[in-house]
Amino acid sequence: MGDPVTAISQWLESLFLGWGLAPGWVAIIQAFIGVVAIATFVLLVDILLVWVERKVVARFQDRLGPNRLGPFGLIQPLADVIKLLIKEDITPIGADRIVYNLAPIMALATVLLLWAVVPLAPTIVGTDLNVGVLYIVAIGALGTLGIIMAGWASNNKYALLGAFRTVAQMVSYEVPMVIAIMVPVILAGSMGINTIVFSQSPVWYVVTAPMAALIVLISAIAELGRAPFDLAEAESEIVAGFHIEYTGMKFGLFYAGELLHALTMGGIIASLFLGGWRGPGAETYPILGVFYFFLKSFFLYWVIMWVKYSLPRIRIDHMLNFNWKFLTPLSLVVLLVTAVLHKLLVGLPDWQYVIGMLLANVILFWGTLYVLRRYARTERVQVAEPMPVAVPPAAPMSSSQS
Amino acid sequence: MTGIQIIFIIVAVVTLGAGLMSVITRNLVHAALWLVLALLGVAIFFVLLNASFLAVAQVVIYIGAIAILMIFTIMLTRRVAVGSADSQLNANWGWAAFIAVALFAGLVWLLSGWNGFNITAQQMSPRTDTIRQLGTALVSPSAYVIPFEVASILLLAALVGAIVVAWDRKS
Repeated sequence: MGDPVTAISQWLESLFLGWGLAPGWVAIIQAFIGVVAIATFVLLVDILLVWVERKVVARFQDRLGPNRLGPFGLIQPLADVIKLLIKEDITPIGADRIVYNLAPIMALATVLLLWAVVPLAPTIVGTDLNVGVLYIVAIGALGTLGIIMAGWASNNKYALLGAFRTVAQMVSYEVPMVIAIMVPVILAGSMGINTIVFSQSPVWYVVTAPMAALIVLISAIAELGRAPFDLAEAESEIVAGFHIEYTGMKFGLFYAGELLHALTMGGIIASLFLGGWRGPGAETYPILGVFYFFLKSFFLYWVIMWVKYSLPRIRIDHMLNFNWKFLTPLSLVVLLVTAVLHKLLVGLPDWQYVIGMLLANVILFWGTLYVLRRYARTERVQVAEPMPVAVPPAAPMSSSQS
Repeated sequence: MTGIQIIFIIVAVVTLGAGLMSVITRNLVHAALWLVLALLGVAIFFVLLNASFLAVAQVVIYIGAIAILMIFTIMLTRRVAVGSADSQLNANWGWAAFIAVALFAGLVWLLSGWNGFNITAQQMSPRTDTIRQLGTALVSPSAYVIPFEVASILLLAALVGAIVVAWDRKS
């Protein structure tokens, strides 16, 4: 009761064993069916995401968005898919054909791989890897590879520039992200994502470690390459970046991968900080956990969209400075403070522990704002100084001698 | 033959093939991509051995850092990326072949005396937390704390060195 997925899985297991298959083969077939099921489910959600994205951006820009096809324009994404499928498929001259065609597949496949460790409910989880957090980081690295392949194989200078920017961005934002993700790992004492979700009682980690949650959210947006960090596909500078040459469904795969990556990141942050499938009744009826999980994931997806459609793109040197001079040191401080404080407070009653952790984070937040305000003040003084627009050239050497 | 054995054979063939292709292909970016495939194959071997931490660390370090850095370097030097027509061997190929064969022979000689091939691995209880054991082993004085600290100091020195090299000295 309350957990149809496990029930179906057990029924299949007994069915295959009844057919006389060896237990090893049954496990492999079961795993295969599980992979196909979750990938299909996630890709179906992805079609819905196209509609969500278009509807939400329309509302942010004071428009209505798709509203002609079906109720609330719900059939619009299907029309979009058909349009993408029947578009002409162009391969540019001089493109590296195999790598060029492999890149969009990589871009979407790496996102699907992330779902292997995300717990949808206490019992519905692809595989409860004991290094789940590290696995997410590793798959992120593979995603970077897909974008590099696209940028290089297109035989286009804008695409290559986009790939360069992506590498600079993803490799650097991985650092604060990994450090900040270590905070829930320390609090839970495990790298398995389901264990982290299980240990988020009585309060979610967003209460005991809000700073870490904020850092992870910011670096996740950067890792996604979404505005304000969408330098890899800056339309005004490098046209569309790494996917400039892609048409039809190949572009569609990049687009679907980007949308799904945003939702996946929302799901991962929800699992790490917002209690994942936790909610009233989720422990007894695991299927409720799926509902709570997607509720929180879509909330975070909406936050990511909110940021995307509200902020302008930042300049590339600002982007790197922000990462290396601000986010990385801050995440190191947060990690240190959390680790020490957790060790000191872990024996106390729950409410004292939570208040202590929250207070430490509030003090840290205030200190960060103070430092930032002072930095901004000196920056403003520097910018305000009058700067000569055109400096007269220095007199030539020969004339000064004569 | 069990399913795991079939997976092992497929992965082994793919890994070896990818390793060979990364050596013989003329296009440098392709060579780097083949290398990524070979490294991924090694990661899958770690998975088959239940060493999940090593598998993930393999992907993070070798693919996420080293291979991407290599591809990046190759892309910045565009001229070399296109395969040239001249020979892929240089004057020292004999020495390289000798060292490779000697290394392989040495490994075979070392492993031929090892009795680990014939014993089956102990069945671990699913409750065993290998990550926790690895973590405590890395920082316990009776195990690997000294290599661990030496490696940290080495990495710190590399970090400081990189900062010194990249430092913008204002004259």
